[in-house]
Amino acid sequence: MPKPFEIVVISGKGGTGKTVFTSCLASIFQDKVVADCDVDAPDLHLLFTPLVKRQEVFPGTPHASIDPDKCTSCDRCFQVCRFGAVVPPESGTGTIYRIDDLACEGCAVCEWTCPAGAISMVAGPSGKWFVSDTRFGTLVHAKLGVAQENSGKLVTVVREEARKAAIEKGCRFVVIDGPPGIGCPVIASVAGADLAVAVTEPTLSGVHDLERVLELTSHFGVKTGVIINKFDLNGEIVLKMEQFLESAGIPLLGKIRFDTTVNRAIGEGRTVIEYSESEVAREMTLAAEETIALANQGLDVKASTESRGD
Amino acid sequence: MISKIVVASGKGGTGKTTVAVALALALRDEMDRLQFMDCDVEEPNGAVLLQPAIDGDVPVALKTPKVDPSRCTGCEKCREVCAFNAIAVVNKQAMVFDNLCHSCGGCILACPEDAISEADRVIGRIEFGHRDNIEFLSGVLNVSEAMATPIIRALKAKGNDEMLTIIDAPPGTACPVIATVKDCDYCILVTEPTPFGIYDLDLMFQVVSELGIPAGIVVNKDDGANLDIDAYAGDNNIPILMRIPLKLEIAVHYSKGVPLTQVDEHWDAEFRNLYGKVRSELCQSPSR
Ligand code: SF4
Ligand code: SF4
Ligand code: SF4
Ligand code: SF4
Repeated sequence: MPKPFEIVVISGKGGTGKTVFTSCLASIFQDKVVADCDVDAPDLHLLFTPLVKRQEVFPGTPHASIDPDKCTSCDRCFQVCRFGAVVPPESGTGTIYRIDDLACEGCAVCEWTCPAGAISMVAGPSGKWFVSDTRFGTLVHAKLGVAQENSGKLVTVVREEARKAAIEKGCRFVVIDGPPGIGCPVIASVAGADLAVAVTEPTLSGVHDLERVLELTSHFGVKTGVIINKFDLNGEIVLKMEQFLESAGIPLLGKIRFDTTVNRAIGEGRTVIEYSESEVAREMTLAAEETIALANQGLDVKASTESRGD
Repeated sequence: MISKIVVASGKGGTGKTTVAVALALALRDEMDRLQFMDCDVEEPNGAVLLQPAIDGDVPVALKTPKVDPSRCTGCEKCREVCAFNAIAVVNKQAMVFDNLCHSCGGCILACPEDAISEADRVIGRIEFGHRDNIEFLSGVLNVSEAMATPIIRALKAKGNDEMLTIIDAPPGTACPVIATVKDCDYCILVTEPTPFGIYDLDLMFQVVSELGIPAGIVVNKDDGANLDIDAYAGDNNIPILMRIPLKLEIAVHYSKGVPLTQVDEHWDAEFRNLYGKVRSELCQSPSR
C-alpha cells in the first residue's frame, strides 16, 4: 500500500469556514481518514461525536528546574539562558535562583552549564491524541495541555497517525483540517502534503491572508485550490480574487454564500449538508466534489510518477 | 492608570481585530496617546482596519549558528547538546538546520574547537506607524519561517509602557498566544455563540486563568438565540462585557476594512463603555 494522498484544508485567517468545509468534505468523501491538525483549538470532534478507540499521551516540552539544595548561586545559568527564563534572587530577599516556566524554551543549556548539577529537565504539561470512530470514518485528533508548547510536533504526530490509520483501513486519502496562520503548526501540516485547499473570504483581511498562505504553499511546492466562502459579502473583492487566481493558474474550487444556516447546523452538532437542503449546502457539496475530483487527478499523476519522499 | 489590555479568542475569525481596533479608535479622544499592538504576526490584519500611516520598520533577526568546516572535527558535542535536533554531523562535519534552530547558543558553548560562530538571520520585521494619537506597532513573520514567538517577544520589547496599550493576540492557545498574553493586565475574550466558539473560549479561558490574568467576554455575531455562552459565563464567573449582533451589514463593512466605530456612531460610546467596564473590573481584581 503506497503512502496515502494528503489533502490539507487551510485558511491563513481563522474563522473563514475551514472546519465547516472540512466536515462537509468528510461527510461525502468515503475513501479517507480525517486528521484534525488544529491542535490548539480543535473543533471537528464537536461535529463528529467521536467514539475514542485509542488514546495516547503526548509528552510536554521539558522545562528546567533548580534544586535549591544543590544550587551554589554561581549565576552561570542566568548568564547562559537566552530566553530570560532564569530568575536570579532579588538581593536581600533570601530567595534563590529559579526558573520562569512560561519563559523557558526547554533548551537545557543551563542544565549542561550548571557546575553543581543543580538543574534538571522535568516534563511540562502534556497533551493527548486520539484515534476515534465517527459516522464519517476514522478521525485522528488531539488535545494540547493548557499552556503547552510545541503544537508543531503534535501536528506531526497526528498527521503520521492518520497516515497509518489510512493504510490500515485501506483508505487512499487523508483529509487534514489545518491550523490558522502560517507559522510552525501550519508548516507542519502543509509540508509534504499532496494538495492544499485554502478557504478564504472576500474581505480585505482575507485577501491579505490568502496571499500569504498561497506564498507558503508555493514555497513548499504543494498544489493549491481555493474556495471563496461568504462570497456575497463583497462582489468587488470576489471579482479581483477570481482574476488573480486565474492569472496565477490556481483552481477556484467553489464559492459558498453567507448563510446563518451554517451556525444553526453547528449548533446541532451536524454538518450543513446533513442539516438542510439549502443553497449553502448545495454549494458546499459542489466545492467538496471539486476538491475530490482534483485529489483523484492528483493521485493519478502521483501514481504515474514516483511517490515523493517525506 | 496605565495598562495592557489584550484581545484574544482561542478560535480565529471571531472578531478579535474588529474589537481591538474599535476599542483603540473609540478611546482616541479620551487619551493623550495610546498604543495599538498587533501580535498576530502570522496574519497581521490590524493595519487593514486601523489604516495607520506606516512610518518605518525594523528587521527581527535570530542568531543562527554557522560552522567553520576547517575547524570542525566532527566530535558531535554540538549535536549532543542541541535539544531541538537542529544539528546533524555527516562525514565528520556538523550541519545546522536553520528552521529547527531556536538560537539557544548551546552548540557554541559546547564546541571544543571554537568552530561555531553566529550570524543574524532575518525572520520578519516590526512595522511602526500612527493614526492620530494612536501609536501603531505590528509584527510580521516572513512566509515560510516557523517561529512566531521571537517576533512577538521583540515586538513587546519595543512597546512603550507609559501609555495604554491595546493588543491584538494571535488565534489559538499555544506559544505565540502565551508570549502575547503573559504580562497583560486584562484579557478581553471575543467569542461567537457556536459550539466551536464556546469550546475555544473555554480553552483560552483556561490559559488566562493559568496565567492569573482577569478576563471578560465580548460576544460577537450574537444571534440572540444561543444561551450557552451566558450559562458558561455564569458557571465560570466571567463577566459578559458587551454584545455585538450578527448582522450582514457589519460583515459587509468589515469586508471593506471599515472599523465598527465608523459603521455607526453609537459604537463609539459602546466601546468607551467597554473600556469603563474593563477599568472597573481591574480595580476589583487583586493586583498581581
Ligand atoms: S548554574 Fe547551577 S549552581 Fe549556578 S546559579 Fe545556576 S543553578 Fe545555581
Ligand atoms: S532550559 Fe534553556 S530556556 Fe530554560 S531556563 Fe535553561 S537555559 Fe533557559
Ligand atoms: S562540536 Fe564543534 S567540532 Fe564538534 S562536531 Fe560540532 S562543530 Fe564540529
Ligand atoms: S543554537 Fe541551540 S538550537 Fe540552534 S543549533 Fe545550536 S544548540 Fe541547536
